[in-house]
Amino acid sequence: MRDAKKRLRRTMMFLNAHKPGLIKDPYIYGADSLMLDLEDAVAENQKDAARFSLFHALRTIDYHGAERIVRINGLDTPFWKEDIRCAVAGGCDGIRIPKTETAQDVKIVEQQILKAENEFGRPENSTLIMAAIESARGVVKALEICEASKRLFGIALSGGDYTKDLHTHITGTGIELMGARQQLVIAARAAGVQCFDTVYTDLENEEGFREDVNTIHLMGFDGKSIINPRQIRIVHEIFTPKEKEIIFAEKVVREIDSKKAQGIGVFTVDGKMIDIAFYDGAKRIIELAKASGVYEGEL
Amino acid sequence: MEIEKAAVAGTLESSDCMVTVEDGDGNIDLVLESTVIHQYGNQIRHVVLDTLESLGVQNVKIKVVDKGALDCTIRARVEAAVYRSAGQSEQLPWGGAIR
Repeated sequence: MRDAKKRLRRTMMFLNAHKPGLIKDPYIYGADSLMLDLEDAVAENQKDAARFSLFHALRTIDYHGAERIVRINGLDTPFWKEDIRCAVAGGCDGIRIPKTETAQDVKIVEQQILKAENEFGRPENSTLIMAAIESARGVVKALEICEASKRLFGIALSGGDYTKDLHTHITGTGIELMGARQQLVIAARAAGVQCFDTVYTDLENEEGFREDVNTIHLMGFDGKSIINPRQIRIVHEIFTPKEKEIIFAEKVVREIDSKKAQGIGVFTVDGKMIDIAFYDGAKRIIELAKASGVYEGEL
Repeated sequence: MEIEKAAVAGTLESSDCMVTVEDGDGNIDLVLESTVIHQYGNQIRHVVLDTLESLGVQNVKIKVVDKGALDCTIRARVEAAVYRSAGQSEQLPWGGAIR
């Protein structure tokens, strides 16, 4: 489960589970994770039909290694328990809980998932969880949410509902999301789980999107929710380590390993002062480069 | 399963199909319209009948208007229509009769 929790998730592409045209071959676009949606994208009177198409898609379609996460309906609706039965029976990789506000929300879903795994003969703990934070209360409770379940691999900010709750709106500048973004990424790091940013809905504004992705990358996020395939390339480009970064990280790791053996704690690499504090960051760049398919070195 | 009331599932969008079921005359009466009927008509009929058999439906008038749906979509829409006709949307037999 540990490896599955830590996999590369630069992009999570939302797809309406009720639309066969969308869910039959989305892997061709190359998103790391696919978010098969039973919630907001599906009309109230199609919730039942969406489950059937979800179940057969999960069972039948080869998604070529893309992660298949199912966004269930909220815990305040009559749909979520059957959503979990259907998704687990279909063999999804994970469940996304919308509108998560407390650790208890995660634990309730975890119990239902376990029940479904047993009912449908799925291996226990094979279904992961991610929690979407969509309210001020959820942001304040982020750390307890992150630590609520060993299945939980990450949390995601959902900006639309969050900004409504905050009595503001999406401006395109990101100013309204600053506090939540910062708090969520800190909570996720403290708990050792991943953190994902909200969608960017202005599809015509590529420059604004690029700026938004740059910002969240620098803030420490692991990836971004996306709503259109053309956003994938930009996110992957920004999140994939550049050649210069990889070469430097490689030198840092090698030098620290070698200097440690000689009892030297501080030294320089390419004119920059380096000590053990740089080690984890450099290793992380190598790991990310490996996962992104741009590093075939020996480290 | 019995068809208790008329029900519809699916759409006429590309890659989808619309399935209508109503109470039959003691057998399975299948009407199929498809944009690819000459190439895949027999395969679609086979999937529809196989799905009905899995669900234990023996008495139904069923109309399928296909817009190039994959087999898994056809199954999903037939099942959705049948379970809607029975008014059941919870505790469904995923992996059992629905397979």
